[in-house]
Amino acid sequence: MSASMQTADSVERPPLPPHGWSRQRILGYGLVVLWAFMGIGLVAYLISAWNTELFQKYAPGYVSGIGITLSLVGISIVVGAILSVPIAYGRMSRNPVIAGLAYAYVYFFRGTPLLAQAFLVYYGFGSFRPELDAVGLWWFFREAFNCAIFAFSLNTAAYQAEILRGAIQSVPKGQWEGAASLGLHKLQTLRKIILPQALIVALRPYGNEVILMIKGSAIVAIITVYDLMGITRLTYSRTFDFQSYLWAAIIYLLIVETLRHAIDWIERRITRHLKR
Amino acid sequence: MQSVWTLLSWGSEGWLDDIAYGALVTVCLALATLPVGLLIGFLIALAKQSSERSLRLAGDIYTTIFRGLPELLTLFLVFFGAQIGIQQAVRLFNPEATVEVNSFVSGMIALGVVFSSYASEVFLSAFRAIPQGQYEGGFAVGLSKAQTMRLVVLPQLIRIALPGLANLWLILLKDTSLVSAIGLTDILRQAGVAARVTKHAFLFFGVAALIYLALAIVSSIGISAIERWVGKQEAHR
Amino acid sequence: MRIAMRIALAASAALLALGTAQAQEKVLKIGTEGAYPPFNNLTADGKLEGFDVDIAQALCDEMKVKCEFIAQDWDGIIPALQAGKFDAIIASMSITPERMEKVDFTNKYYNTPPAIAAPKDSDIKGVTKEDLAGKTIGVQASTTHFNYSTATYTDSTVKPYPTAQEYQLDLANGRLDAVNDDIVVLSQWLDSPDGACCKLIGAIKPVVEIHGPGAGIAIRKGETALRDQFNAAIDAIRANGKYKEINDKYFKFDVYGGDS
Repeated sequence: MSASMQTADSVERPPLPPHGWSRQRILGYGLVVLWAFMGIGLVAYLISAWNTELFQKYAPGYVSGIGITLSLVGISIVVGAILSVPIAYGRMSRNPVIAGLAYAYVYFFRGTPLLAQAFLVYYGFGSFRPELDAVGLWWFFREAFNCAIFAFSLNTAAYQAEILRGAIQSVPKGQWEGAASLGLHKLQTLRKIILPQALIVALRPYGNEVILMIKGSAIVAIITVYDLMGITRLTYSRTFDFQSYLWAAIIYLLIVETLRHAIDWIERRITRHLKR
Repeated sequence: MQSVWTLLSWGSEGWLDDIAYGALVTVCLALATLPVGLLIGFLIALAKQSSERSLRLAGDIYTTIFRGLPELLTLFLVFFGAQIGIQQAVRLFNPEATVEVNSFVSGMIALGVVFSSYASEVFLSAFRAIPQGQYEGGFAVGLSKAQTMRLVVLPQLIRIALPGLANLWLILLKDTSLVSAIGLTDILRQAGVAARVTKHAFLFFGVAALIYLALAIVSSIGISAIERWVGKQEAHR
Repeated sequence: MRIAMRIALAASAALLALGTAQAQEKVLKIGTEGAYPPFNNLTADGKLEGFDVDIAQALCDEMKVKCEFIAQDWDGIIPALQAGKFDAIIASMSITPERMEKVDFTNKYYNTPPAIAAPKDSDIKGVTKEDLAGKTIGVQASTTHFNYSTATYTDSTVKPYPTAQEYQLDLANGRLDAVNDDIVVLSQWLDSPDGACCKLIGAIKPVVEIHGPGAGIAIRKGETALRDQFNAAIDAIRANGKYKEINDKYFKFDVYGGDS
């Protein structure tokens, strides 16, 4: 800043809103043009690299990959949601042993990478085959897909438990007391009064968790589950064509954006009564 | 079969030294990514809370892309794509030059852009938590725009953003495990090599998980120390 | 802002300078996998060893260049070569038409047939499509064995793994019914304590269109000078006994195979 500008600024008035071509506007337009340029470049590259034979050969693989990604995430989220209830209960328990165990569970699954957990289940449990056979569980862990479901469910249960706990605790204590004074017992209070309010709070974190799982599920490719990412790597390693990654990027972005907008829409619907 | 303790010993027989080296790589990568991610994230947040629509749009496109892509995919895009792209750009000027974007740098870039897109959201909500009056107050006492930002807004911003950023740091620490897929010898890759060679998969992946857990615990202690310190700074005012 | 820009520019200039400086030292960088014993694998102290590595070192000595080895995952090894992370791949890579669209190859430096292995109590009798119908077969992804298995064993489930050692783990613990890989790699593993679970079912007659004439050294397209150097060096170590010395260190038979 030059000295003359300093004196101009020292007059006590906030700066005027910018008009015309301010520096910010030039920068902003420049960046938007850069993005547009990259977008056009991407489309142009995909068109120029279009290869019908390649597409026919690999497109079915991508479709099945999307199916595997979605079913993996879907099943894990549901199983995780069921598991998260006792864990969230444990986290809120006044019994120090139960609370400690629940805390350790959550800390372990949130403190270590999902990839390490997946390896631990797939290759780690694989080395306990005789023991697993003896208890009749080997058929389950034999399949890589099941191992992925197992690891992902335990992982997302930890995150969902924290979401659930946060949401229930966000409901003011007075609501419990009010319900108690009306003679509702604890379970009724939870179901009729607390949960409806908690779910509004929890919706967005739940949505984010689903999105994180979709993105996180890409790692199953490394334990031989051929989901969208796995198919992409396989395609790339056979064709060495970079567009295989670009298509995967576009598909993932579409899935995630669709979900995000769906969550926004649901949130707007269920909070209609809160709008003034 | 060798005993567990030989496998976990230090030296050429055991794998502990290799895994310790992996832990060093993991920590270095996370520490190197942090300032990059924070800086870019702050700039994106500035753009997103600007009054200029085009800047907001550019910032939104950035976060939409990098929060929507799986981290692993971003990593591959950078590792394979950026290398070829930069190589071709440099060859235009100097056909002999080779530019090495190694897996460490690729990891830094990929994790940095992912970190920054989440960090920008943390900074943005921190910006929104600072009342407009703080800016006006800054102007009123004759501070320039940059001075207001540096002396009035930033100290408050950091305090508000700290818990969110701490959380992102823990996520970053875990996300570094993905670089094992592009050949960087981090904790998980070293554990994987050890598991494959010795066939003691549960042991080595278990050790890897415990190291990540230890790193998370150390980070939590560090973070709460920083939070206490920042809190004390605040109390002094 | 302007200072930040200048720092960024200086930093990027330094990075570029580093890149060009490295190129001028004339170290030949060799990429290999490090997970394919006995051809190439990593030891507990992080060093690369194996037949490929020894051959590569002998070739470098013959060519009088300094060589540096870089371990790279198999499914990214050709892109990494193209991207310039190293100058040649010496990693038991079969010379195939599919790969020759992307890279150039030297002449072969060994050629061994593929084979099938299965658990000791397996009921698999042979290596034909019918013998393996309904079974789950493990292979390493993006190898000739993967291509052969998917093309031949259409009634079986073919499961691609990132490295050979991972399908070995899964064959040993019973996730797989059979695996398909190079006969030398399988035999070496079956002879080790880890491979005690399993046995060799039989060799597969190589199909030239899929398996190619053997393993060669891959280099970037158009670098004919380097290719000629490598070819001359291969001939030289075959002639002066160095090849035989390395061959005998690892194998009881000649892995070079017939002239083709």
